[in-house]
Amino acid sequence: MREITYRQAGNEAIIEEFRRNKKTVHMSADLPADLRQEFGEARIRVTPVSESAMVGAAIGLAGSGYRTVANIRMATFGFVAMDQFMNQAAKITYMFGGQARFPILYRMTNGLGSSAAAQHSINPYSMFMNVPGLKILLPSTPYDVKGLLKTALRDDNPVISFEHMGLGGVKGAVPEEDYTIPFGQADIKRKGTDVTVVALSKMVHDVLAVAEELSKEGISVEVIDPRTLVPLDRETIRKSVAKTGRLVAVDEACQTCGAAAEILSLVVEDTKTFERLRAPTKRVCGLDVPVPFSPLMEQYVVPDREKITAAIREVMAYQGK
Amino acid sequence: MPLENKELVNLYRTMLTIRRFEERVSKEFFDGNVRGYVHLYIGEEAIATGVCANLLLTDRIVSHHRGHGHCIAKGADIRLMMAEIFGKKTGYCKGKGGSMHIADFGVGMLGANGIVGAGLPIACGAATAAQLEGKNGVAAVFFGDGGVHEGEFHEAMNLASIWKLPLIFVCENNFYAVNTPSKYAIAIDEIYKRAAAYSMPGMVVDGNDVVAVHQAAREMVKQAREGGGPSFLEARTYRWHGHFESRMSTDSRPPEELAAWKKKCPVEAMERKLLAAGVLTEAQLKEMNSQILGRIEEAVKFAKDSPFPAPEDALEDVYST
Ligand SMILES: Cc1ncc(C[n+]2csc(CCOP(=O)(O)OP(=O)(O)O)c2C)c(N)n1
Ligand SMILES: [Mg+2]
Repeated sequence: MREITYRQAGNEAIIEEFRRNKKTVHMSADLPADLRQEFGEARIRVTPVSESAMVGAAIGLAGSGYRTVANIRMATFGFVAMDQFMNQAAKITYMFGGQARFPILYRMTNGLGSSAAAQHSINPYSMFMNVPGLKILLPSTPYDVKGLLKTALRDDNPVISFEHMGLGGVKGAVPEEDYTIPFGQADIKRKGTDVTVVALSKMVHDVLAVAEELSKEGISVEVIDPRTLVPLDRETIRKSVAKTGRLVAVDEACQTCGAAAEILSLVVEDTKTFERLRAPTKRVCGLDVPVPFSPLMEQYVVPDREKITAAIREVMAYQGK
Repeated sequence: MPLENKELVNLYRTMLTIRRFEERVSKEFFDGNVRGYVHLYIGEEAIATGVCANLLLTDRIVSHHRGHGHCIAKGADIRLMMAEIFGKKTGYCKGKGGSMHIADFGVGMLGANGIVGAGLPIACGAATAAQLEGKNGVAAVFFGDGGVHEGEFHEAMNLASIWKLPLIFVCENNFYAVNTPSKYAIAIDEIYKRAAAYSMPGMVVDGNDVVAVHQAAREMVKQAREGGGPSFLEARTYRWHGHFESRMSTDSRPPEELAAWKKKCPVEAMERKLLAAGVLTEAQLKEMNSQILGRIEEAVKFAKDSPFPAPEDALEDVYST
């Protein structure tokens, strides 16, 4: 199969869906030249640096029958439009009793790793998870980003896709033919029997590398990528933990009230799965500080392969009383 | 072009319907049948009425927290409105929205909005949709003198202007945001002058004169339909009730101010005009009034007879399926 980058794969999804459906509009603050060339000025719109206007206009367009993509770029810029995300997009379907549909895809980049410092580095998805009404995507591979975005562009709800800024150049196999990936279906990125590691976004790649290393010592790691946080595939995670008896959740986001906490909870609160646990569940997350600029500090505050390996070893070594 | 008698009567009927509807809502509130935040439009009826009379069913509006008047003027069903205000399952939003979130997408009423200023970006989207549809449609957005101090206002004004959106910005200046005088809150002397900063025509009109509002809006709607872009209308008026219905009034506006404005009642002014011009007789006015009261009585009966939603209905409509 051909290999393309994560960035290309995302772009292909937009192009293909815009070809399929003429009632689509794209908004971003910088000009996507290729889209503009193919679909024209009316549909491919450049906004001023006005995130609230962009996020809100997407709602008005969607409520008026136009499927809309709004590319915010960095998730930190999205905070400027928090009213439109949290008070409007997330709630309108519900507040109006489901009388209208709001097919919107918001795209934002998350993550850190390029000395962008605190205001350009963040993984804010758990904040959005806490406000019902938005669907949340966290694609980690070219295949996933294309399939998930295509599903988003056929879904009738506001969807936010968080695309890690460190993944844009990552290559992977992507079929030429049309496909979609259903929301709420985790992907088992590697099968294993000793420990379940649920990894989010770019961490999937680090965890896969660690799993490969540990396999040489005979530790068999099952790597689960939820792919969508809302809806979240609880079943696949619980089933895996019931099999392995061990769980580590790895997330680049800050630890407090994060998605990793949610993943641990859904395992320990489920009696059947809980009874299968052989060790305490563990999180490997970003440290609870704003992201620092200088590289050594920046690397220090996020999970790396060493920390992931240590956590897996710790749950493997646990003997109980 | 002066309005025909039939149009004048329609304007009057709409204003009177809003007035009687809200008087009844107020009564039901103090009788304990309506809960929550209920912001009444009494005293301001001429604005929604005058503007919306220029709109077609396919045109779209976005409203704010004081939204009953806009709903009625755009053609919403007062039975479904009343049921929503009562929190009933048969209401526009199945009891999920209440007074502050009534919407009827079927008549182009894209929702009242509880967040000051938030409707403006959404209206930009509705106007963009109208532009894309290419059928000379327009959108109008209503907001108060307080709304002009939100960042969303400025983003939306600018965006509408650079995109030449067919959008009428209607500022309902009732001189207060809760108890804060608009004169205090604004850095320049007049609100409508802000339009100049966004290269759009701005004008001020007597918001208690429905014919004046209608005429001003007519020009703006015409310009928008012809591709001339957005306009800004400041309509000056006064709210007769407290900021919202409450037993513990915190209204600190001078009582003599209210008394003076009550003498400029938009409904009575129109009534006098119709009588003086011989458009309607006293008897016809009486007849119209009792007809409206009858419809409202029916709406209240419908609301009262309707069931409340079941508790677990709270779980529906978070997403469109
Ligand atoms: C963002 C936001 N801030 C504060 C409020 C609380 N609030 C509700 S209405 C209002 C005053 C609005 O005044 P104005 O826009 O003039 O409208 P009016 O009530 O006079 O019709 C305020 C401050 C709110 N709903 N939203
Ligand atoms: Mg006001």
